[in-house]
Amino acid sequence: MSEQKKTSVHEPLFHLAKRSSVNPVRATLIRVAAIVLGMVVCGLVAFVLIEKLNQNPGKIGDFYNCFIKGSFGTERKLWKFLKNMAVLQCISLAVTPAFRMRFWNIGAEGQTLMGVLGSITVAFYLGGKIPEWQLLILMFIAALIYGAVWGLIPALFKAKWNTNETLFTLMMNYVATYVVSYFLVIWVPSGSSTLGKLKFGKLPPLPFGNQYLLIILIVLALTALLFVYLKYSKQGYEISVVGESVRTAQYSGINVQKVIIRTMVVSGLLCGVAGYLIGAGLDQSVTTESVGGQGFTAIIVSWLANFNPLMMIVTSGLISFLNSGAAQISQDFNVSGALPDVIVGIILFFIIGCEFFINYKIVFRKSEAAGKGVTK
Amino acid sequence: MKKFVALLLVLTLCLSVCFTASADVADVKLGVILLHDENSTYDLNFINGVNDAAAALGLSEDQIIMKRNIPESQECTDAALDLADEGCTIIFANSFGHETYLLDAAKQCPDVQFCHATGTRAHTEGLDNFHNAFAAIYEGRYLAGVAAGLKLNELKEAGKLKGEKPLMGYVGAFTYAEVISGYTSFYLGAKSVCPDVEMKVQFTGSWYDYNEEKNAATALIAANCDLISQHADSMGAPSACEDANVPNVSYNGSTVESCPNTFIVASRIDWAPYFQYIVNQAAAGEAIDVDWTGTIDTNSVVLTAINEQAAAAGTAAKLEEVKAALVAGTTKVFDTATEGFITVGGEALTTYMADVDTDDAFTPDTEAVADGYFHESEYRSAPYFDVRIDGIELLNQMY
Repeated sequence: MSEQKKTSVHEPLFHLAKRSSVNPVRATLIRVAAIVLGMVVCGLVAFVLIEKLNQNPGKIGDFYNCFIKGSFGTERKLWKFLKNMAVLQCISLAVTPAFRMRFWNIGAEGQTLMGVLGSITVAFYLGGKIPEWQLLILMFIAALIYGAVWGLIPALFKAKWNTNETLFTLMMNYVATYVVSYFLVIWVPSGSSTLGKLKFGKLPPLPFGNQYLLIILIVLALTALLFVYLKYSKQGYEISVVGESVRTAQYSGINVQKVIIRTMVVSGLLCGVAGYLIGAGLDQSVTTESVGGQGFTAIIVSWLANFNPLMMIVTSGLISFLNSGAAQISQDFNVSGALPDVIVGIILFFIIGCEFFINYKIVFRKSEAAGKGVTK
Repeated sequence: MKKFVALLLVLTLCLSVCFTASADVADVKLGVILLHDENSTYDLNFINGVNDAAAALGLSEDQIIMKRNIPESQECTDAALDLADEGCTIIFANSFGHETYLLDAAKQCPDVQFCHATGTRAHTEGLDNFHNAFAAIYEGRYLAGVAAGLKLNELKEAGKLKGEKPLMGYVGAFTYAEVISGYTSFYLGAKSVCPDVEMKVQFTGSWYDYNEEKNAATALIAANCDLISQHADSMGAPSACEDANVPNVSYNGSTVESCPNTFIVASRIDWAPYFQYIVNQAAAGEAIDVDWTGTIDTNSVVLTAINEQAAAAGTAAKLEEVKAALVAGTTKVFDTATEGFITVGGEALTTYMADVDTDDAFTPDTEAVADGYFHESEYRSAPYFDVRIDGIELLNQMY
C-alpha cells in the first residue's frame, strides 16, 4: 500500500495504520498514561469550574486526595466502594456473554430492574406470611425468572425475525421502568408512588465481617464461574464462534438461533441475580431508579475489560473508584452534582480514546521515507 | 472600687454568656442529603434555605456538608452514616422516599439528630432522634389562590372569560395528599373572592417532567381555562402559559424573568427558619419537635413579589389583608363551617377520617374535621387533606 502511495502526487501529512500486533506491556503503559493525562485535564477543568480552587490553588492537593478519600477514607467508605463495585461487576458479567457473541444487548438496565421488581413482588405479597428463608428463596427464583424473561424476549425476536437487538433491548428498558411505575401505583394507594423499605425479605449478612461481605463474595464466585463457562465450556466456545462469524458457526453445525436464545437467557439470569442483590441485599424496595444507570455503565466496564470477566474486576473497580472520588469532590468543594459526571466523563474519554492508539498507529509522511512509523 | 469590680463581674458574665452561646452553635455540624442538585427547583430551595440559615447563624463553611444526588435507597443510609462519621451532629434529608432509609441510620446513631422533610413516620416510630418537618404551604397556596380569584374577577368584568364561568386549570404531579391539599387550598383561596370559580386538574405522574407539564398546561388552556397554576417542579406549565398569554400562578419560586406577561405570584416554602431552629435546638441541647410545621407566621411559607403587570389591581393590599386574617386565625383555609364553601357531593363536610399514622394498608385513623374547619398539618407536619371536593374536576388520577 505505502509503496503505491509513494508514487501519488499528494500524500496526507499523516495516516493511520492498524498495528499488526499489540504489545501487552506497551498497551498497559498507554492505558496508565491515559488515566494520568485524564487526571491532569480534570485538575485543569476543576480550576476553571470550582471557585474554591481558583481562589486557593494550593487546594489542588485536596482535589486529588478526594479520589483516595472517596473510596478508602474510612472503613465504611471502603466497604461501600467494594459493594458498589460488586453490584456493577455483577451487571457487567451479565452483559458479557451476549457481547462476546456480538449481540449488542444494552438492556441490562431493564433486565436488572425486572430482577429487583421480581424479588420485591414476592416480598410485598408474601412477606411475613411465610418463613423468611422460604421468602428469600422465592424472591431469588422470581428475580431469576423476571430477568431471564426480559432477556429472552429480544433474543426470540432476534433469532426468529432478525430484529435489531440494540433498539429492541433499549426499548425493553423503558418498558421495564413503566412496569415498575405501574406496580408502585397499585401497591401504594396513598398516591406517593414511594414504596419505602419493606419489613421482610432482607438477605441476612454473614455472621462475620461487614454487612456487604456476602454480596461481594457472591459476585466473586459468579465472576469465577462465568470465566470458566466462557473459556472452558462447550457453550462458551459456541458463543465465541458465533461472535467471530455466524456463517462459520452454521457451517460447523452450531444451531445459531439456539445459541443466541440460550446466551441471552444466561445474561438475563445474571441480571436477575444483580436485581436480587439490589432488592433483597440492599434496598428492600423498588423504585424506577433502583438500578440507577448501572446497566449502561456495565457496557463500558465489560468493553474496557475486553469481555474478560477477570479483567472486569479491574475496570469495575476503576469506575467505582472514579465515581466515589468525584462524589467526594462535589461534597468537599461544595459544588454542583453535575461536576462528578464531568470528571468521570473526562477520564473515560481518555481511557476509551487510548484504546484507539493501542490498536492503531499514526504514520507521518516524512517518516515513511525512513520506513518507520512514528507512534504517538 | 466596688462599683468597678461589680461592673467588671457583670461584664465578664455577659461576655461568658455570649461566648458560650456562640461556642455552642460552633459545635453543631449539619449534614444535608439532597435527592438531586441545584438543577432541580425543589432541591435548590433547600440549598438556599441552608445557606440563608448558615449566614444568619454565622456558621462556617466546614460546619455544613451537602451530599447531592442521593437516591431513595440503601445509598441514603450509607450517606447518612458517612455524614455521622464526618462528625455531623444533625443530619437532614429532603426527599419523601429517603425516610425509611434515614430511619435505619437513626437507629444506628442514637447520638445524632435526624431531621426529615415531608416525611410521615416520626410520630409513630417513637425514636428520640428522628424528626419530621413540613410547612403549612396550604396557607401560601390559599393566598396565591386569592390572587388568582382577583385576576378572574378582573377578566370577568372586562368580559374576557373564555366560558360563562371562570375556570382555572391545575397541573399536579401525583394524586397524593400533598398535591390534593395544595390544589384544594389554591381553589378555596380563589373561591373566597370569586365564588362561582371552577377548576380542572391534570396529573402528570412525575415531580419533574418539562414536556408532560407543558403538554398538560397546553391541554388545560385548550379546554378554556382562564388561568393556570401547578404543583410540579419544572418550567413546563409557566412557559406554556407565557406562550398562550394565559395568567399563571407559580410554585417554588418566581418565574417572572421568563414569563413577564403572565406570571402573577408564586408561593413557596422557605426552609431557612427550620434549619435555624434545628441548629439552635441542637446547640442548646434541647429536643427538636417530633413534627415541626412552619407557618406563614414564622415566615416558613412565603409569597414572591407580585408581578403588577399581570396581577389584578389591588392584589397586594388584598393579600396583606387575607394574610393578617390567616395569622390571626380568623380565616381558616379549610373552612367547613361557612355554608357552601366546602362541599362533597353537595353535602357539607362535617366529618373526615384522615390517614395520619402511616401503616402498610394506609388505613384512615384520625378525625380531622372539628371546630368548623379541617385541621390540616396539626396532627403531623406532612399534609393529609385528600378530600375530593365539589367544584374541582380531576381529568385523570391514579399515578
